[in-house]
Amino acid sequence: MDQLPITLKTWLVSFAPEAYRELVSAIISTAAIIGVFASLFALTTVLERKGLGRIQNRFGPNRVGPFGFLQPVADGIKALIKEDIVPRAADSVVHFLAPLVLVAPVFLALAVIPMGRNLVAIDLDSGVLFFFAVGAATELSVFMAGWSSRNKYSLLGAMRAIAQMISYEVPLILSSVSVIMIAGSLSTVAIVDSQAGGLANWFVFTPWGLAGFILFMIAAAAESNRSPFDLPEGESEIIAGYYIEYSGFKFALFFLGEYIGMFAVSGMAITLFLGGWHAPFGFLEWVPSYFWFFGKLLILIAGFIWVRGTLPRLRMDQLMNFAWKFMLPMALVNLVAAGLWHLLGTGVSRWLICSLVVVGPYILLGRTLFHSNNVGKRIYRYAE
Amino acid sequence: MLGKGIIKGMAETARNFVGSYVSEDRLTTVQYPEERLPQKEAARNFPFLVYDGTEAEAGLRCVACQICEKECPPQCIYITKSKDRKPDHAGKPQFYPAIFDIDISVCMSCQICVEVCPFDAIKMDTEFELSTTDRFGGLLQHKGDLSRSNTYFQKLHPTDAAEADARLAAERAKAEAKAKADAEAKAKAAAAAKPAAPAPQPAPVEPAVAK
Amino acid sequence: MISLPVFIILGLFTVAGAIAALSLRNLIHCALALTVALGGLAALYLQLGSQFVGFAQILVYIGAVAILIVFAILLTRGSEASEKSILSASWPSGIAVAIAVFVVLGGTILRSSITHQSLPEPTDVPVQHLGEQLMTKYLLPLEVIGLLLTAALIGAVIIAMQEKETK
Repeated sequence: MDQLPITLKTWLVSFAPEAYRELVSAIISTAAIIGVFASLFALTTVLERKGLGRIQNRFGPNRVGPFGFLQPVADGIKALIKEDIVPRAADSVVHFLAPLVLVAPVFLALAVIPMGRNLVAIDLDSGVLFFFAVGAATELSVFMAGWSSRNKYSLLGAMRAIAQMISYEVPLILSSVSVIMIAGSLSTVAIVDSQAGGLANWFVFTPWGLAGFILFMIAAAAESNRSPFDLPEGESEIIAGYYIEYSGFKFALFFLGEYIGMFAVSGMAITLFLGGWHAPFGFLEWVPSYFWFFGKLLILIAGFIWVRGTLPRLRMDQLMNFAWKFMLPMALVNLVAAGLWHLLGTGVSRWLICSLVVVGPYILLGRTLFHSNNVGKRIYRYAE
Repeated sequence: MLGKGIIKGMAETARNFVGSYVSEDRLTTVQYPEERLPQKEAARNFPFLVYDGTEAEAGLRCVACQICEKECPPQCIYITKSKDRKPDHAGKPQFYPAIFDIDISVCMSCQICVEVCPFDAIKMDTEFELSTTDRFGGLLQHKGDLSRSNTYFQKLHPTDAAEADARLAAERAKAEAKAKADAEAKAKAAAAAKPAAPAPQPAPVEPAVAK
Repeated sequence: MISLPVFIILGLFTVAGAIAALSLRNLIHCALALTVALGGLAALYLQLGSQFVGFAQILVYIGAVAILIVFAILLTRGSEASEKSILSASWPSGIAVAIAVFVVLGGTILRSSITHQSLPEPTDVPVQHLGEQLMTKYLLPLEVIGLLLTAALIGAVIIAMQEKETK
């Protein structure tokens, strides 16, 4: 049962002639990943709308299908049959390519995430680096979208989006470096294997792991432009920012890219911190590994939806301050804490010292950074 | 502590989420075409004509005085008086409207017609789902469409209906008392005029059946 | 083992991107074509078997440097297409000088002893070895690069701060 996808794939591959076995295997894994995550995307859109609705004391969509769960079908049909409007002054080649440049790297990023025992599309030696590299490539599409629309507001939104994404990449990568340090390898499969053996071995239950996990999730929300970091695409701010001029299927592709980016980075968080596809307790090992992976993924997605329903949007300067003045120092401190953890051997002392190293700067930064509002007394000037 | 506000906020949203499945006040949506909110007592939309009893033609309170037609600001009421008379609730023969049309596309729900009617004959209804596909005659309501019974009025605006009923009952009682006094006076006069009449004639006046 | 057809395809891809970066009219299109060329380079690194350098090339060049270039273009010039021809007036002499330099360089390289040495087999260098070498044998260059980057960062912050003060 656990290896069912693998046996299925080997059975399908055995139909192909000998020379093309590898190619067919790669194609099957790719198709499986795209199929699973695209349907997860559809499910997430309806879950998000219903979840947000319940948080806001209302129903979500509940007309299409049982309890509204066929809403993505309706949305998909709408997106497909909408007229594709390209502004006359827009740069049509770049305008056309921008959604593709977003979606392709984001699906690539899903290739290194182990979704179950032996269920990685590619087992790269430097999988984590690959993941962050293709994540960085998505920023180019944001710029292409914003610039090609020849619209001042869309360009402004694109600039802000890129500034945000670049700023939050640094804490994202730094908080994963602490995990790489402890696990000793850049390969995602090796990182998951080093967390085997139940809840106690997961990295999230260590002081530096918890801080790292929180930093990683905050930076992940900022990377995929999700609330409360969705200023570049905020509907009430700049009316969809850099993808203002996109309609119909291209908009759906942007939407898809954003959500799949969210899944990819949640998947990486699960791999790095939450023990990958391992079950929390030994006696639950009979449940298939991919069930645990997707269960944890759904919990993280629910967390994203919960935060979206709760927090107001951060302003641009607040966002940047948060990234550079708070998250970057905390990520560096986290690195130090992870190093200390590794060097201090096992025992109570390393828990105490590492917790102190993490919590101390947190409280210090918290007190000093957000108290100095240098807003002076208001000066009124009247016309003479 | 940094982040305490966020945690409190998230606890509140979680409470909202869970509460929306169990309690009524965390999910205040009324799903409109299937469920409707009850309207308040003083709600008003377009006028209707009240009739007492079960028959619209016989019990219509309106006596075609045409005061509402004259007072209506957008002049959306069209009344044609009848040629003959009909007894009203107190027994007195009154005119009745042969034609009573209200154009509700013009009516502005100001309630002036209700305020000036001396007979409590026209009152405000709360029906708002009146859209129609016929843009020429669909929003012109005739006497038959406008007539609703007094029981409907009592259900719709209980206090107003109680007040109107009390007033009408008082008038009816007064009319009956007056009629009885008239009958007695006439009987006495008849008895006094013809002392040798063998059998006293019963009074020919019949009080109208009060409902 | 470097397979020749794949190398030729990737090489053509890179060179096409580079030529497009030279010859397109719109400056932003040039920058995007340069990004394509850098992506081709990353693919060549990957084909040579060094995963770390290939992915670092994507992360650094396409993820940061290309964006820096487009920002620089946007914040300074504006994106109108230039009206003049892409070839300058003295293009024959330019091409002659380029061909001469290429002949000299190519001749020197071909006549040197490098062509007689055998190519070392490309090994799979795990990232751990890279890290160990950086920390032991190449520690000084690592620290110098770190110092250089810090100086660049501080310089950028100072320039930006001064702009805000003079405003």
